[in-house]
Amino acid sequence: MHISPVLWQFLIKWLTNSALFPAEASTIAPWADALYFFLLLITIVGLVLVGTLVFGFAIRYRKERNPVATQIEGSTLLEATWTIIPLALFLIVFVWGALLYFRIYNPPANAMNIYVVGKQWMWKAEHPGGQHEINTLHVPIGQPIQLTMISQDVFHSFSIPDFRIKREVIPGRYSTVWFEATTPGTYHIFCTQYCGTKHSGMIGEVTVLTPEDYKKWTESSTSGMSLAQNGERLFASMGCNACHSGNAAARGPSLAGVYGSKLTLTNGSQVLVNEAYLRDAILNPSQHITAGYAPIMPTYQGQISEEGLIDLVEYIKTLQTNFRVHQTLTTSESNQAAPMTPGVVKP
Amino acid sequence: MSTTIVNLPDQKTATLPKKNYINAEDGIISWLTTGDHKRIAMLYLISITFFFFVGGIFAGLIRLELLTPQPDLVASDTYNKLFSMHGIVMVFLFLVPSVPATIGNFLIPIMIGAKDLAFPKINLLSWYLYMFGAAFIVAAMIMGGVDTGWTFTTPLSTHYVNTHVVTAGLGIFIIGFSSIFTGLNFIVTIHRMRAPGMTWFRMPLFVWSNYAASILMVLGTPVLAITLVLVVLERTIHIGVFDPTLGGDPLLFQHLFWFYSHPAVYIMILPGMGVISEVMSTFSRKRVFGYTAVAFSSVAIALFGFFVWAHHMFIMGVSNYSALVFSLLTMLVAVPSAIKVFNWAFTMQKGSITFETPMLYALAFIGLFTIGGLTGVFLGSLGMDIHLTETYFIVAHFHYVMVGGMLMAFLGGVHFWWPKMVGRMYPESLSKLSAVISFVGFNLTFMPQFILGYLGMPRRYHSYPAEYQVMNVLSTAGATVLGIGFLLPLIYLAWSLKYGAIAGNNPWQATGLEWQIQSPPLTENFVETPIVTQEAYDYEWLAHKTEQEVTTVG
Repeated sequence: MHISPVLWQFLIKWLTNSALFPAEASTIAPWADALYFFLLLITIVGLVLVGTLVFGFAIRYRKERNPVATQIEGSTLLEATWTIIPLALFLIVFVWGALLYFRIYNPPANAMNIYVVGKQWMWKAEHPGGQHEINTLHVPIGQPIQLTMISQDVFHSFSIPDFRIKREVIPGRYSTVWFEATTPGTYHIFCTQYCGTKHSGMIGEVTVLTPEDYKKWTESSTSGMSLAQNGERLFASMGCNACHSGNAAARGPSLAGVYGSKLTLTNGSQVLVNEAYLRDAILNPSQHITAGYAPIMPTYQGQISEEGLIDLVEYIKTLQTNFRVHQTLTTSESNQAAPMTPGVVKP
Repeated sequence: MSTTIVNLPDQKTATLPKKNYINAEDGIISWLTTGDHKRIAMLYLISITFFFFVGGIFAGLIRLELLTPQPDLVASDTYNKLFSMHGIVMVFLFLVPSVPATIGNFLIPIMIGAKDLAFPKINLLSWYLYMFGAAFIVAAMIMGGVDTGWTFTTPLSTHYVNTHVVTAGLGIFIIGFSSIFTGLNFIVTIHRMRAPGMTWFRMPLFVWSNYAASILMVLGTPVLAITLVLVVLERTIHIGVFDPTLGGDPLLFQHLFWFYSHPAVYIMILPGMGVISEVMSTFSRKRVFGYTAVAFSSVAIALFGFFVWAHHMFIMGVSNYSALVFSLLTMLVAVPSAIKVFNWAFTMQKGSITFETPMLYALAFIGLFTIGGLTGVFLGSLGMDIHLTETYFIVAHFHYVMVGGMLMAFLGGVHFWWPKMVGRMYPESLSKLSAVISFVGFNLTFMPQFILGYLGMPRRYHSYPAEYQVMNVLSTAGATVLGIGFLLPLIYLAWSLKYGAIAGNNPWQATGLEWQIQSPPLTENFVETPIVTQEAYDYEWLAHKTEQEVTTVG
C-alpha cells in the first residue's frame, strides 16, 4: 500500500491534534473523573456480564447443540440477585454523585465573586475591581472563584468542560457555581443551553493566570471604578438615597449593614438578605416591604440593566454606614440650589 | 438438524387465504373509513414510516454539516431548524406512535382473543388526529420551520424566535389527543375484551408493556397539551406564565414540559421491550424467564417514571435537596430495566436458539439498551450530570435508548410480525445483513459521541472547535452506514408484498394466539372466540396442538 506523504502528514497531524480526554484544570476535575471512571467500570462490567450471558447461551444452547429446550419457570433467587446488586451499585453512585454535586454547587466561604451576565450571544464578566470582559474570563490559580450569573434574555448555560463545571444561566434569577483553577492556560467556555441563532457562537475562553500575572492583568485592565463605586453613582443618580437615606424619618429603610441580615417583612415572614433578595427588592418592591414601611417604592423593572443591578447590589453589600449617603444627599441638595455647579457628575 | 425454525408451507401449492382483512373490501375509501384495527395499524405503519424517513433526512443533513468544524453547509438558522424538526418529527410523529399504534394496534386485540379494540371508531379518529396534527407540523416545515429545539424552551420559544412555533405547537397538541385515545382504547380493551380463560397472567408480555405505556399516555399527555397551550397563549397574547418580566417563572415550563417528556421516554421504550420479550421467547423456544418479574417491572417503570422528571433540571437551579430526591428516584427507575435485561438473557438459558432476523434485532436491542441504560446512570448521578448534561454525551445516551433500543425493537417487531401482517416472507439473508449493517452503523455513529460529550462538546452546535473533528467524522461515517441499514428493509419489505414466499399461519412456530389464525387474518380475527387454557409461551401446548392437527388431517 502506498500512501501519499502529504496525506500521511495530514493524517498524523489530524489524529495527534484530536483529543480523547479533557484536561483536568480545576480542583473539581479529579473528583469528577474519579466518579466517571467508577461509572465506566460499572458499565463495562455490566456490558461484559450481559454480553457473556447472551453470547454464552447463544453458543451453548443454539439449536444444533440443544435441539430441545428445557422449560424453566424463573427463579426468585436470581430475580432477587439482579434486583439487589444493581440497586446497591446505583445507590453507591447516587451517594457519590450527591457528594460531588454538593462540592460543585456549595462555594467555600473565601471565594472571590465574579458576576457573569449572559445575553444572546455573548458572555459579559464583571470583576469586583470593575474590570469588564466579553467572552473572556481571567482568573488566578489557587483562588476559589464564585460566579454569580444571570441572563438578560433566554436560558443560557455556562460551561467550562476542563473544569467539569456547568450551570444554567437563567433570566430573572441569580445562579452560582464555583471553581478553583489549578493549571495556567486557556480553556473553552461554552454556552450549552440552546439559545437561538448563534448558540454555537456563544463561546469564549477562560484564561488561567499565575497570581503574579493575574495581578498585572487586573492593574492593566481596570476601568478605574469598582462595581461598588459604579453602584454608588447609580444609587445617587436614580435618587435611591432620597428615601433610603438612613435618617430616622426616612420613607425607606436604611440599607447600611442590611446585607447578610435577617429582615422581617410586612407579611410577617423573615428573609435572609442576599444578592437575589436585593435584586428582587429593586425590581419588585411591592412584594418585599420591610415591616414598618409603606409600600410606596415604584418598580424599577425595565429601567435598569442587569449590569446596573449588579453594581447596585455590590454597592449595598459594601454599605456599612450611611455617612456617604448623607454626604451625597447634601451635595445634591446644594446642587439643586445652584444646579450649574461644575465638576458634579450628572447621570 | 436444521438451524432455523422457519416452517413455511409448500410454496408450489400455498396461496394466501381467499378472505382476509386486506381484500375484505376494495378501494381507498374502504381503507380511510375502516374500523378494523389491523387496517388502521397499516395506515399508521405507512404514515410513521414516511415521517421516519423525513426525520432521517434531517438527521443526515445534520451529520453532513458536522463533518467539518466550520459552519459551511447551511446557515445557522437552517441548522437550528434541522435539529428542531428532526427532534419534533422523530419524537412526536415516529417514536411515540411507533410500536403501540402499528404493531400494538394490529396485535393487542388478537393476542387477547378479541375481535377488535373496544372503540374502533375512536381508533380511526386517533389516526385522523395524528394525520391532522402531522399536517400542522408539515405546514410549519413548509412555511419555514421551527428553530426552538423539540423542547420548546421558554422564553426562547415565546419571545425570541420568529419562526412557526404556534403552528408546530398546535400540531403536537393535536397529536397528543391521538396518543391519549390510543392509550384509552388499549386500557379498556385489555380490561374488558379478553377472551374466556385469558387471565391477566396468561397475557403475552407485549400486552403488559403496552398496558403500562397506555397508562403513561393517558396520564402524561394532557400535561404536555396544557403546557403547549400556555406557550401558544404566552406567545400570542403575553399572559405571563413563563416570562419573568411579566411575573412568570421560566423554570415552571421546564417542570411542566419534563413532567410529560420524561414519562414519554417510557411511552416510547416500554412497547419496544414488549416486542423483545416475544421475540426472545419464540427464537429460544422457551417461556420468558421470570414472567411475573418482567410484567411487574413494566408497571414499576410506568409508576416510577412519573417521579423523576426533575433529573432533566439538575443544573437549572432547583434546590439541592429536591435534586437529591430526584436523583435517588432515578436510580430506582433504573432497577426494573436491569431486571428485564437479565430476564431476557436468562430466557436463552437451556433454550434451543435460532437466529432469524427478529432475533438478531432483539440481541442488538439487548446490547445497545444495556449501554443506553447504564449511561443513563451517569446522568442520573448528580455530580456527574453537571459535566455531562447538555453535551453530546446525553445525545449519545438517548440515541442508544431511542434508536439502539426502540428503533431496533420496532424493526425486530416489524420483521417478526410481517408474515402475519401481509402473509408473505421477506428475503431472509438480505434482512439479516441489514440488521448487522444497522448494528455496526449505529455504534459507529453514536459511540464517538460519548467521547465528544465527555470532552465537553455541547449539543445543538452548528460549528465546533477543530479538536473535535475526528470523532465527528467517524460519527458521520457511521450515520451513512446506518442510513443504508434503514433503507434496505424499506426496499425488501416493499418487494416482499408481491414476491415474498407465502408465510402460512405460523412460520416461526410461536405460541401467541395471533399465530394460531390465518395470515393475513380475517377481519373478525377469529372464526370463533378462542377459549384460553394455556399460559403464554407454552411450547408444550403448541407441540401437542400441532400433533393433533396432523392426526386430524391424516
